[in-house]
Amino acid sequence: MKKGETFFEAIKGRGVSRRDFLGFCGVMATYMGLGPDGVGLVAHALETKPRIPVLWLHGLECTCCSESFLRSGHPLASDIVMTMISLDYDDTIMAAAGHQAEQIVEDIIRDYKGNYLLAVEGNVPLAGDGMACIVGGRPFKDQFHEAARHAKAIIAWGTCASSGCVQAAKPNPTKATPIHKLVTHVPVVNVPGCPPIAEVMTGVITYMLTYDRIPELDRLRRPKMFYSQRVHDKCYRRAHFDAGQFVESWDDEGARQGWCLYKMGCRGPTTYNACAAMEWNEGVSFPIKSGHGCIGCSEEGFWDRGPFYERLPNMMQWGVESNADKVGLAAGAALAGGIAVQAGATLLKRIVTGRKLDAGLDRKPESEEEFK
Amino acid sequence: MQPRLPYTILPDTGPLPDVQMYGTGIRFWHWSNALMVVVLSVTGYFIGTPPPSSIGDTSVLYWMGWIRFIHLAAGYIFGVLFLMRIWLALTAGGVAHQLFVPAIWRASWLRGFMKQIEWNLLLTNRPMRYIGLNPLGNIVMLLMFVIPSVVLVLTGFAMYAEVTGHESWQYLLFGWMSALFGNTLDMHILHRLAMWVVLSFAMAHIYIAVREDILSRQTTVSAMLSGDRLYRD
Repeated sequence: MKKGETFFEAIKGRGVSRRDFLGFCGVMATYMGLGPDGVGLVAHALETKPRIPVLWLHGLECTCCSESFLRSGHPLASDIVMTMISLDYDDTIMAAAGHQAEQIVEDIIRDYKGNYLLAVEGNVPLAGDGMACIVGGRPFKDQFHEAARHAKAIIAWGTCASSGCVQAAKPNPTKATPIHKLVTHVPVVNVPGCPPIAEVMTGVITYMLTYDRIPELDRLRRPKMFYSQRVHDKCYRRAHFDAGQFVESWDDEGARQGWCLYKMGCRGPTTYNACAAMEWNEGVSFPIKSGHGCIGCSEEGFWDRGPFYERLPNMMQWGVESNADKVGLAAGAALAGGIAVQAGATLLKRIVTGRKLDAGLDRKPESEEEFK
Repeated sequence: MQPRLPYTILPDTGPLPDVQMYGTGIRFWHWSNALMVVVLSVTGYFIGTPPPSSIGDTSVLYWMGWIRFIHLAAGYIFGVLFLMRIWLALTAGGVAHQLFVPAIWRASWLRGFMKQIEWNLLLTNRPMRYIGLNPLGNIVMLLMFVIPSVVLVLTGFAMYAEVTGHESWQYLLFGWMSALFGNTLDMHILHRLAMWVVLSFAMAHIYIAVREDILSRQTTVSAMLSGDRLYRD
């Protein structure tokens, strides 16, 4: 790897034509929502700025983020970004293996101290001194901390790295911990989703390589350009929600008509992701379009908010499986019971004593004389 | 401004003059607030658990749209009324402040509180006469109405900020709530639980108000209508 080489030089050396390169710039400018001059900006940046190396580490994860990334809707984008990343380190797809591969990580940390991007797929299990995830013969915890310490910025791929995902679901036996809780001095960009949409991944990484800065983030460190709206906000079935037309069971007429899946537990209204706008697999479909509600895979702790097919999640803290309505109704019924008991007791007391309780009439007379 | 009236136990026997308990502002707040609670609970229930689907074309049907519109509009009014109630507590005098600050540090209040418990457990036949809010009721109002209302307003506007987006003033003021929760589904659930608390409160509140009006020696329901509390010997 030559130092000071630009991004364009690097991919040109790997047989990408200028025409393809400009096509890539156009696609990326569109994803990032740039104006008409965006293509020029992206192209100029990639042609003049020295290429930033990317280390792509895999922690406790299932590789679905990589799988999604490999299936980027536009082969051009994935090819180019992949080419660039495989130049550096991604143990799933790189040519090097074993000690040779691990050597690359050390080299990049040494040669590009404070000037490389760290992309982390999966999270870091802390229990048992990190024994639940071993990379190259030692805990991933150690590899991660070494790489994170000198990174320019960290991209946390997927819900695993952003908030824990399935391995952090209760009771989280391996103490799987999301990336942003482990680093303090390096900016972290969360790209949640299980997996994230391929175009969102290429978009985020291209933005950072092009502009040499992290995109604008929301309060949960998610890039605003892809995560500022809920699936519900852009859902093509939204008209049926507003009309009040809901699928009531999986094989009813509403399901055939493509009505809103809200009553079937769709998590669209509380899920921040670009699925409804970008869709998956070259814009072919996304869960709701295929007739299944959103399960909220880009949201924190979505595994602990089941069942996926009911609007109100279970509330385990009440011991038995319950939900907000059941708890509320039980509390209301208990109170109504209390009221009934008190009203009944008042009535009973009045019948038994045969006296009015108020207005002082119930006062016991001091003596028989006073009563007369 | 009417001078502030602390919780005061009145003589046990003898006739007593009427006392102006609730000013016009407080009464207006009470009944508009009650109406808003009903509207918000009904529409809110249907937002979480929508009514059966209607048949027709989406170009003419707007059921959920209208339910949500009424809920959001009523939510704004509820929020504004809540601010108005705080303002009244600060400026209206009388017993207006007691809703937010029950005088738990006063011996007379504590005595009244214990007496009220005895009275509700049917251990005494002679209810107290006093100026101010029923001390037991006051605590219940604080725990089951005031605090849940704050929760409802905060979570409600934070959910509204989810709709209006990052650039909105709702997000600026209440967006921190979403970050606090992480997964905003929890916020929706908390909002719904708080609704059940307020509804339970309404049930107990109406029951106790009617009960006190019938059995106690002072007026309650009519006091909230006319403003004056009348005492029986």
